[in-house]
Amino acid sequence: MVLMVVTVWVIARSRNLFGVVILSGIYSFLMATVLVAMDAVDVAMTEASVGAGISTVLFLGALYLCKGEEARPMHKPWLPLGVSIAVGGLLVYGTLGLPEFSDPNAPIHQHVVPRYLNEMKKEVDVPNVVTAVLASYRGYDTLGETTVVFTAGAGVIALLRRRRKNRKP
Amino acid sequence: MTGLEKAMALGGHFTYFITIFLMIAGLFIVIARGNLIKKLVGLGIFQTSVYLLYIAPAKLVGGTAPILSDAFTVYSNPLPHVLILTAIVVGVATLALGLALVVRIREAYDSIEEDEILDLDAAAQPGVQEP
Amino acid sequence: MRNDLVLRVIAKLLIPFILLFALYVQFHGDFGPGGGFQAGVILAVAVIFYALIYGHVDARKVVPEPLVESMMALGVLIYAGVGVAGLLLGGNYLDYFVLDPNPVQGQHRGIFWVEVGVATTVSGVMLKVFYMFARRGGGDE
Repeated sequence: MVLMVVTVWVIARSRNLFGVVILSGIYSFLMATVLVAMDAVDVAMTEASVGAGISTVLFLGALYLCKGEEARPMHKPWLPLGVSIAVGGLLVYGTLGLPEFSDPNAPIHQHVVPRYLNEMKKEVDVPNVVTAVLASYRGYDTLGETTVVFTAGAGVIALLRRRRKNRKP
Repeated sequence: MTGLEKAMALGGHFTYFITIFLMIAGLFIVIARGNLIKKLVGLGIFQTSVYLLYIAPAKLVGGTAPILSDAFTVYSNPLPHVLILTAIVVGVATLALGLALVVRIREAYDSIEEDEILDLDAAAQPGVQEP
Repeated sequence: MRNDLVLRVIAKLLIPFILLFALYVQFHGDFGPGGGFQAGVILAVAVIFYALIYGHVDARKVVPEPLVESMMALGVLIYAGVGVAGLLLGGNYLDYFVLDPNPVQGQHRGIFWVEVGVATTVSGVMLKVFYMFARRGGGDE
């Protein structure tokens, strides 16, 4: 996790856009590793393939189309730095009230999840709990998500479609 | 609480501190850097920090990945995994749209620096000056 | 890129395995990590890999654009179709246990078709976005 912090620091300081994109791919891979350490294997696989794979490819494609380096910043970023640190301070104050790391009595583990884990054998009988919840217990949300992906694709088509040669795009 | 317990409590919150640092770093990149593509990278960093914020409390020490099997009895909480899975895919969808927008902006203004684009906009509409 | 022999040979070796892995992740999503989204992305990545090495014109001949566009919409339709099938067979929308006399088998079928729909849409969209970027930048070489 410290490596992720270092990567983000370099991303913020670097001005070469190509390096920034590659570093963001490295950052996604590190994030996927951390997620595996947190027992979130499905999420790690999705983050690795989507974040480090597709995101980097799309960034490189866009970078190829908009060539350029980042310009030198005009003024010192004191105000944004102050705002960010203030928000960070608020968040730290908020997390002091959060439950301990890996506390079995935290509210997150109490309400619905024991039912999912215990009833799964009888109702659905699919060993992968995440897939079962995603596709069956919360199937409607997944329908919405699929529609969002489709809409994004349609939006990209609408934005980047090239008219016939007689009109300037 | 004794000193050791306080230290353990703070150590337990280490994940939250890392998450918060990533969050403010992402926020800083979005608001402080003018280059549009770098802003999108910063937004992605912000999104991944939120994933960490959700997944970290779900883990139980001694538990295992939430795939039912007869060999294990303690599982990590699968519900945040489901939510974050959706969030990751939606995030990449918005990233694709954002990059398409950046490409079009580049073709229209011939620049992807926020300051230059605002200047070009203000110069093109002489009656509607930004203060 | 198209003159580099090592890249072309390695791409030819790797792409079938990547496709196989995508299918494995899709159909074993019930028993291990995986499922529709990951499988769709890996499938799209296999074709993108081919396009990177051999040129997007060739890739467009192998996986033509109308196919990709119809895949995008087809996935959402399959998903919604499973829901409507639940309606037609007597339950609520997106009820799986009416799909089959044995309710647990009904769940299996429902989950299977839903994941197929999701993977189709995701791979179609990713591939279409890549094609759009590639076409915008290079024209037809």
